[in-house]
Amino acid sequence: MAVVVNVSPAPDAGTRAKDAGRSRLLLGGLGAFALLAVAGWFGPRWLTFLVTMAAANGLVSLGIVCLMRGGVVPFGQGMVFAVGGYAAALIYNKLGFTDALGLALAGGALAVAVAAPFAPLLARYRGIFFAMLTLALSMVTYGLLMKMDALGGSDGFNMSRPTLLGQALPDAHAGYVLYLVTLGIATLMAVLARIYFDSTRGLITLAVRENELRVEYLGGSARRAMMLNFLIAAFCGGLGGALAVMSLGHIDPNFSFWTTSGEFVFVAILAGWQSVAAVFLSSVALEVVRSFSSAYFPNSWQLALGLFLLFVIRFLPRGIGSLWMKRDRT
Amino acid sequence: MNTIVTILVDGLTYASWLFIVALGLTLVFGVLKILNIAHGSFYAVGAYAAASFTAWGASLKWAPALSLVMLLLAAVAVALVLAPLTERGLLRYFYGRDEVLLVLVTYALFLIMEDLTKLIWGPLPYYVSEPYGLFGNVEMGVQSWVGYDFALVALALLVGVVVWWGLNRTRQGKIVLAVIHSAEVASSMGVNVSRVYMLAFSVGIFLAALGGAFTAPMISVQPGLSVGVIIVSFAVVIIGGLGSIEGAAIGALIVGLARSFAVHVVPVAELFSIYVVMAVVLMFRPEGLFQRTQARKI
Repeated sequence: MAVVVNVSPAPDAGTRAKDAGRSRLLLGGLGAFALLAVAGWFGPRWLTFLVTMAAANGLVSLGIVCLMRGGVVPFGQGMVFAVGGYAAALIYNKLGFTDALGLALAGGALAVAVAAPFAPLLARYRGIFFAMLTLALSMVTYGLLMKMDALGGSDGFNMSRPTLLGQALPDAHAGYVLYLVTLGIATLMAVLARIYFDSTRGLITLAVRENELRVEYLGGSARRAMMLNFLIAAFCGGLGGALAVMSLGHIDPNFSFWTTSGEFVFVAILAGWQSVAAVFLSSVALEVVRSFSSAYFPNSWQLALGLFLLFVIRFLPRGIGSLWMKRDRT
Repeated sequence: MNTIVTILVDGLTYASWLFIVALGLTLVFGVLKILNIAHGSFYAVGAYAAASFTAWGASLKWAPALSLVMLLLAAVAVALVLAPLTERGLLRYFYGRDEVLLVLVTYALFLIMEDLTKLIWGPLPYYVSEPYGLFGNVEMGVQSWVGYDFALVALALLVGVVVWWGLNRTRQGKIVLAVIHSAEVASSMGVNVSRVYMLAFSVGIFLAALGGAFTAPMISVQPGLSVGVIIVSFAVVIIGGLGSIEGAAIGALIVGLARSFAVHVVPVAELFSIYVVMAVVLMFRPEGLFQRTQARKI
């Protein structure tokens, strides 16, 4: 078993600082969740739906950020998004299991199961080859889904409203409850992601981005770090897909199409790899741009998106997260 | 037997336009180190321009044979207008950045062009039927083929030979090869690298538009054209090895035949047969079939 870079026991002051950081993180997460929960109760229905979708999609992008920290960008996260979504919808329709939290977890777990056989292989690739191979996988998934009549082919199929902890959701508040569920899971994952990013394992990922060979010489395993990140990204993507399908009530192969994956990458690039909160803010920004442009300029919203992306790459190469995160001490 | 002939002819026709398009993609990658997602958009613009140009020619009551010239002119026009605009106006600001970031820049360009073509030509399909009948039909046994398909194969061969000859046998081509090898060294030897970049990009765009213009008669030209093309031509250059002409040819043949085999024998597998081939090649030869393995720098 390869030994991961060994960290000597931290001094007391350091441990205390870390604990303080953790509790601040937890408080921040809880605070954000509480604030959004209250705001959602009073907000208009279209807005809660928009934020729900943004949070679900943001989870997929969070997975991409996880990989981006290691210097690779997957261009096919639509695959795990679709697997999670189809898994949740199929379990609901065929097995009669309807709990929202259980379905979300099942979506994440199945996405990991589907991605796992590819993880050792993908961990060997970098740069555009990683991007293209993930793209190929997602397009194979897309092709399979299009042709499977049992899964509705290109039309996909519908899924009715899930339940929560054995309770049927009341008609009036179903959207709000799903909003809470999605936000809750997203907040939890965001906090966990932050803890992971700051852990020894998470920091090895950053080291791989800087210089892979050095990591290997120091006794760390770049491939293992990349594999782990890929699986985490798959879990996030599956969760996102399951949560999205619960709110949408419909799924089709476009979940796995490469332009869908492109949007997730867009959000991840806009966010940058430094801040976790930035991922969800960017996801909301994308949803807002999407809804407003498709309402007011139905034929040119991609145009706006493209210009926006160019602007970000040119002037904010480290994403909006770099606006409030400290610069690297390199 | 008939099925085999059909598979071969269909595969070859598909491979020929695909080769033209993929050649442009691989050339742009070889010189500028940009994997251009918007390449499919230039293909689509080429097809739209071909529709407009042939319609214009027809309205002037020109001889039908001239419609072939119009197809060529359409591709030239697209390259002359769009290539300098894109390269000078956009791409040069991003040279030397991370390859994956450049992919995203061209993804943004793809999004922009997708809507611009819709704004210019509208959402309705165009048909460029005129040149398709020019070459008559070819009888082979009990089956009959449209002559245009074979003309397309000839065009692909011609394009391949011209590009190969231009790169390997002319002074300008050798300069391009030097830039591909090392832009820095070439520059220090007095080569105007940014001019070479623009030249190579223009030729690449011309090839994309040429592919689009000459396939326009076989398809209905409508929105969404670029998406399918770019994914397939990616598969071709990845299979053949990025930046290799022979690779693009072999890749196009493999993809063309795999697809036509799937269409005629296992129709269910049509869409993903190509990606399965691409994934398998990437697993065993990540640099592509025709790319020498490069040592990684420490």
